[in-house]
Amino acid sequence: MSSRLSAPNLQLNELGKIKHFLTLEGLKQHHLLEILDTAESFINPQTDEIKKVPILRGKTIMNLFFEPSTRTRTTFEIAEKRLSADVASLDIATSATKKGESLLDTLWNLQAMQAHMFVIRHAESGAAHFFAQHVAPHVHVLNAGDGQHAHPTQAMLDMFTIRRHKGDIYDLKVAIVGDVLHSRVVRSQIQALSILEAREIRVIGPKTLMPTHPEAMGVHYYDSIEEGLKDVDVIIMVRLQNERMKSALIPSEKEFFKLFGLTKERLALAKPDAIVMHPGPINRGVEIDSEVADGPQSVILQQVTYGIAVRMAVMSIIMSNAAQLAQHQAEQAYLELETELKEVTE
Amino acid sequence: MRLAINNGRIIDPSQNLDKVTNLYISRGRIVGISDEIPEGFTADQEIDATGKWILPGLVDLQARLGDPGNNYAGNIASETKAAVAGGVTSLCCPPDTSPVNDSQAVTELIQRRARQAATAFVMPIGALTQGLQGELLSGMYSLQQAGCVALSQANQPIQNPLTLKNALEYAVSHDLVVMLRCEDKKLKNNGVAHSGPVSSRLGLPAIPPSAETTALARDLLLVEEAGIRAHFSQLSCARSVEMIADAKKRGLPVTCDVAIHQLHLSEMDVLGFNSLFHVTPPLRSMQDKEALRMGLKTGVIDAVVSDHTPLEKDDKLLPFGESKPGISGLETLLPLLLKLVHENQLDLMTAVRSVTQTPASILGRNIGSLDKSNSADLCIVDPNATWTLEADKMQSEGKNSPFIGWEFTGMVEQTLFQGRPVYRNNPV
Repeated sequence: MSSRLSAPNLQLNELGKIKHFLTLEGLKQHHLLEILDTAESFINPQTDEIKKVPILRGKTIMNLFFEPSTRTRTTFEIAEKRLSADVASLDIATSATKKGESLLDTLWNLQAMQAHMFVIRHAESGAAHFFAQHVAPHVHVLNAGDGQHAHPTQAMLDMFTIRRHKGDIYDLKVAIVGDVLHSRVVRSQIQALSILEAREIRVIGPKTLMPTHPEAMGVHYYDSIEEGLKDVDVIIMVRLQNERMKSALIPSEKEFFKLFGLTKERLALAKPDAIVMHPGPINRGVEIDSEVADGPQSVILQQVTYGIAVRMAVMSIIMSNAAQLAQHQAEQAYLELETELKEVTE
Repeated sequence: MRLAINNGRIIDPSQNLDKVTNLYISRGRIVGISDEIPEGFTADQEIDATGKWILPGLVDLQARLGDPGNNYAGNIASETKAAVAGGVTSLCCPPDTSPVNDSQAVTELIQRRARQAATAFVMPIGALTQGLQGELLSGMYSLQQAGCVALSQANQPIQNPLTLKNALEYAVSHDLVVMLRCEDKKLKNNGVAHSGPVSSRLGLPAIPPSAETTALARDLLLVEEAGIRAHFSQLSCARSVEMIADAKKRGLPVTCDVAIHQLHLSEMDVLGFNSLFHVTPPLRSMQDKEALRMGLKTGVIDAVVSDHTPLEKDDKLLPFGESKPGISGLETLLPLLLKLVHENQLDLMTAVRSVTQTPASILGRNIGSLDKSNSADLCIVDPNATWTLEADKMQSEGKNSPFIGWEFTGMVEQTLFQGRPVYRNNPV
């Protein structure tokens, strides 16, 4: 029955610190704040430039992308290089059906090339958990998106963006608009917002794009954007994939925009100083009007920049936690040796 | 060879029997149950079963034996060994073999291998359609002649209602049991977990209960129209139990079963992405689980099956959605049923009946009963022994059980098939 509990614990080490970064579920507020504070330290407050630091010199990070991605992969690579790590990126075709053995063999082979950390994106929900269960104890797994389950670094960079522009997340009302059902980003955002105790989290969209049990995620569901945007501090728009029309979940992009597109008029329903976010790439005229996307309340491009700092933060925290654990274990061993010696001399 | 099993508590629902007495076997058949030795009977061997239970050998309506083909782990020899280790002496194997059991040749092959293994009574189920493709009817009469006891589509239900209507109407004149699993492929839509709070949270593609219930509603109407006796396999939803109850009330000749794991597990177990909990139909909500338990208690659900699906290690060494669904369940069918009895969820007689008398009567066979002149298929259970399921002690080639590490009370100590010992827990 222990398997029921393995999900939240798998990513923490004996000292309760982050070992693998798979999902935000099960993490505590202090874990998230540590990431946000560390990310802050990588950004020059005057110029917004991100420094290069030698924290991960001599460490090898491998980016395994079982699903194509350009932006996430690029920001990861930049973040890794800014930390002075050695980087290898692999695109592994998803088309070929993978036998279990060969999937794990791939992982173990790369592990044997002295990898210290794997950044993994995969089309199956739970894939990052699967890999974390099978890597060697000294190897770390960082989830760069698994199926429709989680994309924790994206959510953390969104939290970072909110905190930079709106201050403490505590007390904020946040509305997430669009395809919640298929979005790993939204799942992670909701978890981050709950852990950071946002005052209210709303999800807005047609019922066909909502999970069956939004209340299980701790959110309020609105099927009208006008209702849902009232008095919110933060609006997060979600990208609408083309496949949704093909699978008859919504009639057309045009109708979606009519019902849920973020226009200037609708934005005016939110608090006057509300910010507009989007994980990108945006579909102009589908989920968001150009006027809003490029307008003064939009922080969409800042999000991308912060993505580098936040990913640097997560990776450096994982490695320093590992170092701390190693030191702790050495100290424990030393203490044990000392007591043993005492017993012998006595 | 004459055998006397003395002083055991004999529990046989087919005779409404539950008493401590003796059982006598001669030439592989039961010759009597009584306190006194039948006239002219001298035992060559005696077994002292004091403090033990004697149950009819279990009848399992759905157990994959991995033979022929490489779809599953194991083969008839290994999996029938697993069966008798779990007290199961008669079992039906679904047609999703490789090649599919849609021809006399495959049916005969299965029976020949089962006879060679001589460990348990194997009853092949033939495919309702050629290649299980759901398009062309299989040679049902030939399959019956070759020895198929029922017809089914295994886990590939017919999607086209006209094909199903024709299949049922054709089958009705051969008096074959038709077993239907209900699932609408379009509503299942690549789903891998029950659409509930857990799949919402984990982002696992969801299977709504309607994937089962709409198909069940359709199938019930077609069954009624064809006037055929039908058996519904592996129900998973509360609503399905209600629908079967209604159909029975209306007098339709329908029966149904549930897989034993559905009575113990729920969607909550999927948290953690453990692929051992990936099954089809999916583990549903706690309410569904309760409704299934209640259905069994009240007799709406007639039988319990293992839905034994032995898999290779690699089949489960994958992320949840990519792993093969299924549980290696023969060895835990009886233990999990007894667990329900210990937890006061079910009375012992109903529990035993659901794996002996009712499945036997669904098949219309003289099995699962200790009545006089029946084949001496039985198991001796130590009701007080506690034990823990361990992978390397499983007889099945498939070690894919989510129940590994679970503690059970009640252990199969010995199993007899046609009067011969085919399994002994403590070889002296």
